[in-house]
Amino acid sequence: MKIHEYQAKEILKRYLVPVPRGKVAFSVDEAVTLAKELKSEVTVVKAQIHAGGRGKGGGVKLARSVDEVREAARQILGMHLVTHQTGPEGKLVKKLLIEEGMSIARELYLGMVLDRSVSQLVMMASTEGGMEIEKVAAETPEKILKEWIDPCLGLKSYQARNLAFGLGLSGKEVNSAVAFMLALYRAFTEMDASLAEINPLIVTTDGQVIALDAKINFDDNADFRHSEYAGMRDLDEEDPLEVEASRFDLNYIKLDGNVGCMVNGAGLAMSTMDIIKLAGGEPANFLDVGGGANVDTVRDGFKIILRDENVKAILINIFGGIVRCDRVAKGVIEAAETIEIKVPVVVRLEGTNAIEAGELLNTSNMDVIVATTLEDAAQKVVNTLRSK
Amino acid sequence: MSVLIDEKTRVLVQGITGGEGSFHATQMIEYGTKVVAGVTPGKGGLRFQDKVPVFNTVKEAVRETEATASVIFVPPPFAADAILESVYAGIEIIVCITEGIPALDMLSVYQVVKSHGVHLIGPNCPGVISPEKSKMGIMPGFIHKEGPVGVISRSGTLTYEAVGQLTSLGIGQSTCIGIGGDPVIGTRFIDALALFSEDEQTEAVVMIGEIGGSAEEEAAAWIQKNFTKPVVSFIAGQTAPPGRRMGHAGAIISGGKGTAAEKMKALSEVGIHVCQSPADIGRTVKEVMGI
Repeated sequence: MKIHEYQAKEILKRYLVPVPRGKVAFSVDEAVTLAKELKSEVTVVKAQIHAGGRGKGGGVKLARSVDEVREAARQILGMHLVTHQTGPEGKLVKKLLIEEGMSIARELYLGMVLDRSVSQLVMMASTEGGMEIEKVAAETPEKILKEWIDPCLGLKSYQARNLAFGLGLSGKEVNSAVAFMLALYRAFTEMDASLAEINPLIVTTDGQVIALDAKINFDDNADFRHSEYAGMRDLDEEDPLEVEASRFDLNYIKLDGNVGCMVNGAGLAMSTMDIIKLAGGEPANFLDVGGGANVDTVRDGFKIILRDENVKAILINIFGGIVRCDRVAKGVIEAAETIEIKVPVVVRLEGTNAIEAGELLNTSNMDVIVATTLEDAAQKVVNTLRSK
Repeated sequence: MSVLIDEKTRVLVQGITGGEGSFHATQMIEYGTKVVAGVTPGKGGLRFQDKVPVFNTVKEAVRETEATASVIFVPPPFAADAILESVYAGIEIIVCITEGIPALDMLSVYQVVKSHGVHLIGPNCPGVISPEKSKMGIMPGFIHKEGPVGVISRSGTLTYEAVGQLTSLGIGQSTCIGIGGDPVIGTRFIDALALFSEDEQTEAVVMIGEIGGSAEEEAAAWIQKNFTKPVVSFIAGQTAPPGRRMGHAGAIISGGKGTAAEKMKALSEVGIHVCQSPADIGRTVKEVMGI
């Protein structure tokens, strides 16, 4: 789960990680009021969307007076901000972070992420602040310092010192940086983050170490112990169909193709997308209906898939293990009776009670194309597109 | 032989009185798994299906029944603790089916599991089956058949698909290991390959990966140095968009890393037979094994 910069900074502040003074504004008037309260010589107006590269796209402006804040807020609020992470259509800006400007001596990078290859958290620091860490990793990997964290000990002070001195900090900057890193580690673990990036981490001209930007993602699996996650979710940042699907407890991701698919299991769902593409079609979505595929999930799945107007055919691929195929077939038939399905439907049911399921589908009034193997199913669904 | 489990393995089920646990315990017993005990805190003294004794703690269950393997059906908030309970009770093979354990909970568990030399399979996995001998997990037993092919997979139903293809071609399996779809798992491809390397029954291995992480690339490098049996592989998610989590917590292309293309390239470069299509897994094994 992603959150906004202003939310990430609120969390960091709670854990005593130094961040600039600032607040979120939802209108130009609010932005002006906040700027007046800040009384900062320089005020920064920052677009709040779930994407990086906002500065380059014109989503971050410096203002030296209240009038300039008003002007910047007018320009940014309501714009479709295009960055390398938003796609060409950009994202509509509905919120601004109004923040005090900082006097910057150095821009650094600090990040924390799970290193899956060793099953440990790693804290990473680099002198290349403001640059994308992936780019630094690819071009000058020696400029990324890493400290792997023993999960039973947590981040230790000596590790934070290794990073601080490695960044070339000295004097009281080192102490500030160490305190910053230890606080960030606490915020990360107590909030069950899956990623934290402070880019840039700045050293001010008076030696303070501060998070000028902040990005935090949460581990969705930990939501049972973080009731505050739900309040930080911004539905405006998500695809409306995906939001709808999540209300049905369906795992749906919208793609750009024309073949809708409904599958049980994530790996098989991805493979079904892959084989649709290999057969010459384009998958319209990822949809995992999970281990308990029944009448309700199949009907809800149909509803979601059919809401996407690009869908010209549907492929249902179920490998029944614990799920009985005849029950899924009944679900398909019932769903077809209650909702109007105008596109061809190819159904492939394999595994437990697959034969009974095939008979049910063949003898029903439903206009359905029954397939046997995965390959057969992909070919049949793509053929329906061609015969039009 | 098979790896990890066989007909003699004494299995206990953690969470045996819950919905999932009781359903699958029944299925396992029907398949022939030697289920010797169940554990549900507070339900000690009961008998599951009038036969299998239920205990309050794993420690007690191990002492009374000499169970050496445990399969865990415990909800996500309590699953990491359930794994640790098994480790410290002396269980050697732990299979954790639970999906949805927070990644941070698994970090210390992983470290404890490794330092105790215990095999943890999963979490978020279908389990392990040595066909016609024993199954610890939720896979449909009837699609399997005993034979020479080891299967290792990060997925559930996609594994059934691959096994279904093998069985329908008359090719049986030595052991199928669902290693799980989470970012932190107890047994990785390399660990599973090392087991199959030592197993006489296993003549070839099917390795099913997916987007996210670099476990497939690490396996490719390891195979080149250490593994002599033929390997057939498929990577799911060739059409998956970057930055999106595809169902499994671990299936995400992040920062441009973990794509199917990268993994397929790394595997192909060391002579592994990589299938473009998930429909070709069975056929490719047949070709490679010359049967």
